[in-house]
Amino acid sequence: MQTSGQISPRTGNVLLMIGTMKGVFLLSSNSTRSRWKVSGPHFTGQVVYALAYDGRAGKQRIWASPQSWFYGTVLAHSDDFGSNWSVPETANVKFPEDTGLSLKQIWQIEPGRDDEPDVLYCGVEPASLFKSTDAGETWSLVRGLHDHPHRPRWEPGGGGLCLHTILLHPTDRNKMYVAISTGGVYKTDDGGSTWRAVNKGVSAEFLPDKYPEFGQCVHKVAMHTSQPDRLFLQNHGGLFRSFNGGESWESMANGVPSDFGFPIVSHPHEPDTFYIVPLDYEMRCVPEAKLQVYRTQDAGKTWKPLTRGLPQKRAYETILRDSMTADQLDPAGIYFGTRSGKIYGSANNGNSWKLILDDLPPVTCVKAAVVGGEIQTKKSTSKKKTGTKRATKKPARATRKGK
Amino acid sequence: MSIVCIIPGPLKAFADGKSDVVLNVPVHTVGEALNILWERYPGLKDRVITEQGKVREHINIFAGDENIKYTGGFNTPLKSEIEIYIIPAVSGGIN
Repeated sequence: MQTSGQISPRTGNVLLMIGTMKGVFLLSSNSTRSRWKVSGPHFTGQVVYALAYDGRAGKQRIWASPQSWFYGTVLAHSDDFGSNWSVPETANVKFPEDTGLSLKQIWQIEPGRDDEPDVLYCGVEPASLFKSTDAGETWSLVRGLHDHPHRPRWEPGGGGLCLHTILLHPTDRNKMYVAISTGGVYKTDDGGSTWRAVNKGVSAEFLPDKYPEFGQCVHKVAMHTSQPDRLFLQNHGGLFRSFNGGESWESMANGVPSDFGFPIVSHPHEPDTFYIVPLDYEMRCVPEAKLQVYRTQDAGKTWKPLTRGLPQKRAYETILRDSMTADQLDPAGIYFGTRSGKIYGSANNGNSWKLILDDLPPVTCVKAAVVGGEIQTKKSTSKKKTGTKRATKKPARATRKGK
Repeated sequence: MSIVCIIPGPLKAFADGKSDVVLNVPVHTVGEALNILWERYPGLKDRVITEQGKVREHINIFAGDENIKYTGGFNTPLKSEIEIYIIPAVSGGIN
């Protein structure tokens, strides 16, 4: 299969990166987000569970984790929006020999904080965290987590024993969170040397002890960087929030048709706004075959369905944990991909939706970024200098929507 | 002694574009031959074996017509003239 199309997003354009079971597709649009150019597939036939955009320190780098069914997985990158990919000759992420482990899958790529532009993290299967301090040239296993005494008792979920969520405290370099399915949420306060489980109040319906110290099947955790001690969690059964940095959690499954689902996404500018896509617990498709995104605008007190533009019958859709994201514009773009290969997008905070792309392979990952420089907003007559931003990270303060 | 390693198409890029690599050096086992291949083309190694030194799950290695799974693995003895095939396994059906 030939890669078709080429995208060349300009400053202020939105880059949409889509991982599928058969390769990567890259889309770009101007700030109206009404028409999209498409490029792909890249890494034809390979599964890609993790994508990231690194716009720090003047870079315009896309990271991808192509996994060949036969030949394993590496971290590859492109500095020209997919025209060329740098694929390492030898595997750049691998377990040390003494661990006895072999890399199965890379589930998450997370650029470090803005003031440490050469730092990146990746979460992998079997559940472990790797860190690079040289912009991705070399990677090291984070031993503090790997050596945790809980690790032998972590169990694989349906997707495998994966570390799928990496949340960095935006200002405190010592503090970060990871989430493991199944293992739960773990937190470090010392830069990764030591970790502790922070799952108090998060349920595990599949265990005799419904509220264990660890072992929860956490599907995804989200944080708004302006309030980094507040965490929002989509569990394998249950929606939870913590207002104290994960030290305790409480249910926020208020008014949702199902508390099962995979993704949870933060609005880029509104710290009380999050998005989920509830799934029927048994069928693992959207309830009643009605495709509905649910949004809270009060930090989980209430949730309301967003349906405008989404099919409300015979939509047997499943949205996986990393298949939903937000861009940084105002109003925010919200995007998600389905296992049936559809990409939906909203250019107005989720109020209405359009089908962006159809007939893709099953979607495993959707990430968005605004290519750096000046961001134009519909509501703003002035242009705001924001720098290059990654999806679901820093709020674009200058363009924050007024209330 | 002439050992010929047959490289699968997707990995030719990591062997200077070659579909077969001739090893004109004395070796006694498949493992010795592959170690020479890895030294010559490091990009092949990580794609054929895991970091723990095991053949990847969906790859088979044959010495002549024999899958080395059943003939001693990397310790499979080699004749003086033989082809070593690195072949993607018959896999699929779920994706």
